[in-house]
Amino acid sequence: MARERHDYDDIPGTFVFDAERSRQGYGINMFCMSLMKDENRKAFKANEAEYLKKFKLTPEQTDAILKRDYNRMLELGGNIYFTAKLGATDGHSFQHLAALMTGSTQQDYAEMMLAGGRSIEGNRSRSGKSAPSKHLGAAGRGKSAAGNRKAKSKSKTRSAKRK
Amino acid sequence: MARIIAGIGSSHVPAIGAALDNGKTEEPYWKRIFSGFEKSQAWMRETKPDVAIIVYNDHASAFSVEMIPTFALGCAAEFPPADEGWGPRPVPVVKGHPALASHIAQSVILDEFDLTICNKMEVDHGMTVPMNLLFGKVEKSGHWPCPVVPLAVNVVMYPPPTGHRCFMLGRAIRKAVESYPEDLKVVIFGTGGLSHQISGPRAGLINSKWDKNFLDNLSNNPQKLVKIPHIDYMREAGAEGIEMVMWLIMRGALDDKVDEVYRFYTVPASNTAVGHIILANRGRGSARKSAAKAAPKPKRSGGKLKRAAARVKTERIRG
Repeated sequence: MARERHDYDDIPGTFVFDAERSRQGYGINMFCMSLMKDENRKAFKANEAEYLKKFKLTPEQTDAILKRDYNRMLELGGNIYFTAKLGATDGHSFQHLAALMTGSTQQDYAEMMLAGGRSIEGNRSRSGKSAPSKHLGAAGRGKSAAGNRKAKSKSKTRSAKRK
Repeated sequence: MARIIAGIGSSHVPAIGAALDNGKTEEPYWKRIFSGFEKSQAWMRETKPDVAIIVYNDHASAFSVEMIPTFALGCAAEFPPADEGWGPRPVPVVKGHPALASHIAQSVILDEFDLTICNKMEVDHGMTVPMNLLFGKVEKSGHWPCPVVPLAVNVVMYPPPTGHRCFMLGRAIRKAVESYPEDLKVVIFGTGGLSHQISGPRAGLINSKWDKNFLDNLSNNPQKLVKIPHIDYMREAGAEGIEMVMWLIMRGALDDKVDEVYRFYTVPASNTAVGHIILANRGRGSARKSAAKAAPKPKRSGGKLKRAAARVKTERIRG
């Protein structure tokens, strides 16, 4: 059955871990949980494909794990707090994984974060919704949202790579 | 009777815990973050709460995908730090307050919030990092300054509880605390956030304008925040930024009008915008008249709190 459509499918570069993915990705996430134990980490590293047979995984899920395709794991129901345990088993820092998922080098990613992170401008919507949330856009004691929006639209923005 | 005297909002970035545990607090990158909590620690030492209710989320430590409770209240006598893959954090076991916790459970369930009760639970960085930020570094052999009632909220699997539901649970928790017979000074933490996304091609997203507006409204106009739909959190503050709904439980447990004692905001800690706020109830007003009549006179620490509040001048972020 095709995946149900949701309003959040419009968010670019994002795989929301919802109830459907939670069900679909149960095997991926339970595999990742097993890596909390040292003996399991060793068994996995000794023979990855064999170890993965212990979990209910589809061929696509197994393939994504073996290839360390983190975005694909998320798409197939993995959750980042779980898949991060696979990254740790490989001896990688979290920023290494983040860089992998965003298709940049770890250094570029780290520099982007130091410079204030990825801008929201240009990264709100696949379909072109560009106005900030009406719920917080004009709130608070700051300047009007409209004023800020105008100023910000001129600034350089980084777009998330679209899948 | 027991009273909630203040609410604390704090990010719970795991790398902050790692920096503390590995002695990196003096490195400029981390000093920028830790120095933002120095005044809060002074405020906490002055305030000396008897109990802290800490609203946080578990990150695949105590709960996996086998069971995903929306609201789970820790009623155990103690909560050991979880092994998150690098061995448990070198912090003391967190002592619970089983009597208050079970009183809260009974009260809020009858108020129609269907909690999961945890009589055995390990706690991860989601809880111990904010504790370190507010209580300072505590050696593993030492003791945290007060017992804790943990409330774990599912914000990992979509959908988490709505902001409105969280706010109303905060109100029910306050009612529960105020019907507890013992004189206790209680603080409540809301943790997580602020804007961040750590998954997928959009990882690294930060939205400081959103964060600032969130903090402003948390102080002055929380009713505006309870209406924010999940899609807006995820779109504007990142897929993992939805953790911010947990701050609304804290806010719901406070008076409508509060004093903002302190605020701190910095970007980044690892992949996340660090936000922190202390909101204090305005002393006597927090005790409901009817409850005050029925119970022996509550301890009056409002003046003390005010003095602390005056000393720790509210700091506002600029720009």
